[in-house]
Amino acid sequence: MAVRSSLERWSPWVVLAAIILVWEVVCRAFHVSDFIFPAPSGIVASLRQYAGPITGHALQTFWSTMAGFVLGVTVGVLLGFLVGSSRLMYNALYPLMVGFNSIPKSAFVPILVVWFGIGTVPAILTAFVICFFPITVNVATGLATIEPELEDVLRALGANRMDVLIKVGLPRSMPYFFASLKVAITLAFVGSVVSETIAANEGIGYLMMSAGSQMRMPLVFAGLTVISVMAMAMYAVFAFLERRMTGWATRGMDARA
Amino acid sequence: MSDAFVEVDKVDLAYDEVSGNAIEDVSLSMKEREFIAMVGPSGCGKSTFMKLCSGLRRPSKGQVIVEGREVSGPLKIVGMAFQNATLLPWRTTLGNVLLPLEIVQPYRASFKEKKAEYAERARALLRSVGLDGYENRFPWELSGGMQQRVSICRALVHEPKLLLLDEPFAALDAFTREELWCILRDLWMLKRFTVVLVTHDLREATFLADTVYVMSKRPGRILARRDIDIPRPRELEVTYSDKFVGIVLELREHIGRIRKA
Repeated sequence: MAVRSSLERWSPWVVLAAIILVWEVVCRAFHVSDFIFPAPSGIVASLRQYAGPITGHALQTFWSTMAGFVLGVTVGVLLGFLVGSSRLMYNALYPLMVGFNSIPKSAFVPILVVWFGIGTVPAILTAFVICFFPITVNVATGLATIEPELEDVLRALGANRMDVLIKVGLPRSMPYFFASLKVAITLAFVGSVVSETIAANEGIGYLMMSAGSQMRMPLVFAGLTVISVMAMAMYAVFAFLERRMTGWATRGMDARA
Repeated sequence: MSDAFVEVDKVDLAYDEVSGNAIEDVSLSMKEREFIAMVGPSGCGKSTFMKLCSGLRRPSKGQVIVEGREVSGPLKIVGMAFQNATLLPWRTTLGNVLLPLEIVQPYRASFKEKKAEYAERARALLRSVGLDGYENRFPWELSGGMQQRVSICRALVHEPKLLLLDEPFAALDAFTREELWCILRDLWMLKRFTVVLVTHDLREATFLADTVYVMSKRPGRILARRDIDIPRPRELEVTYSDKFVGIVLELREHIGRIRKA
């Protein structure tokens, strides 16, 4: 049992190591050019060589993403609260939101550039528009699916809508909320990087774009790696928070782990 | 009229205009501390009847009078429990039982300062249903029967005068169900609140209630009223007596006739 569970724990790292190894071996064995598809060693070398500038761009991307994410969480929760607690609001707003969400978010970037110029603001706003929707849907779902019997129990005691929402609705929607945060944070990185790729002078997106135009593929891949690591780290943070805050909702998983 | 605690007078209730009446021309009166049971086929409006008693619904026609006053809104003197325990999974057993006190007046206003006192009351209640030692467990750590006991404690913690039970034991196995019958019986003997029990189980109705009402198919009407004149306290053995079996058979015949009709 102990062997099995430690195997489960380490399995993602083992797979990662295996992929990197195969990648490296294939690149070397077939003499794949760095300009086409750089080997991991090349990417690492590039990461080391440009550590300073990469860090600068990464921080830019990170803070744009976080700003957009915080905005997205705020708006997402408020909208979710509105839509989830009232049938009228649900019927009025939901179709519109679905329509809005089906627009590819990169299509907003040129508009945002016209409004705000190139740079940080479009990146923040793109991160925001791409990440609020899953939060809204999840919070609304949590609120809208309160068991009618439970509502009856409380209403019969004279509870008003607010009481039901605060005592039952909000705690109940927390697992949905935290689950959506994990989705939203990775989406927010997509949003900011896409925007930087199209219109910015800073950020990992910009770095990859300009490195790509100079055919410096190891640097492009270094950028990809950095984004991926940042997004995974933030995902882990929210997964940890989720487990701490709403352990009651995932007790089945905990029991097995 | 004078000594009636709940008086239901020629009540119709339609949820909307399309579906017609859920219950029709229902009249009955309950004395204080009476234990009544409603039996009938599925969808006969038994749950609707409960919503009327609790004030969650107002009748389309007729009136419901509780304690001499016409019911026009949620009553606050009622406690409810359902087939599903509907406990909050993020609260402990104790927290779940305390929930009504956070909502209903006058407890609500003094909840913060008297929390210790209320918690002690909730603990005593849990003890009386055999759940001492489980106060800090979470609902998913309890068996179905235990969860249902917590649900009943939650329905009783604010000392309601009227307890409404909607098939509370339907999801339990036969032995647990009989165990809970006795727990409910003892609580009722001790505190003497008025009970409306909605059930499919004729033995359950006969064992627990003073009066059993048989309802028809939708739209639900009261077809028969049967006083259960088996002396109290009743032990489980009584369910095998000829008299008990006779009453159950009689009720069963009513139901059989409804199902054929």
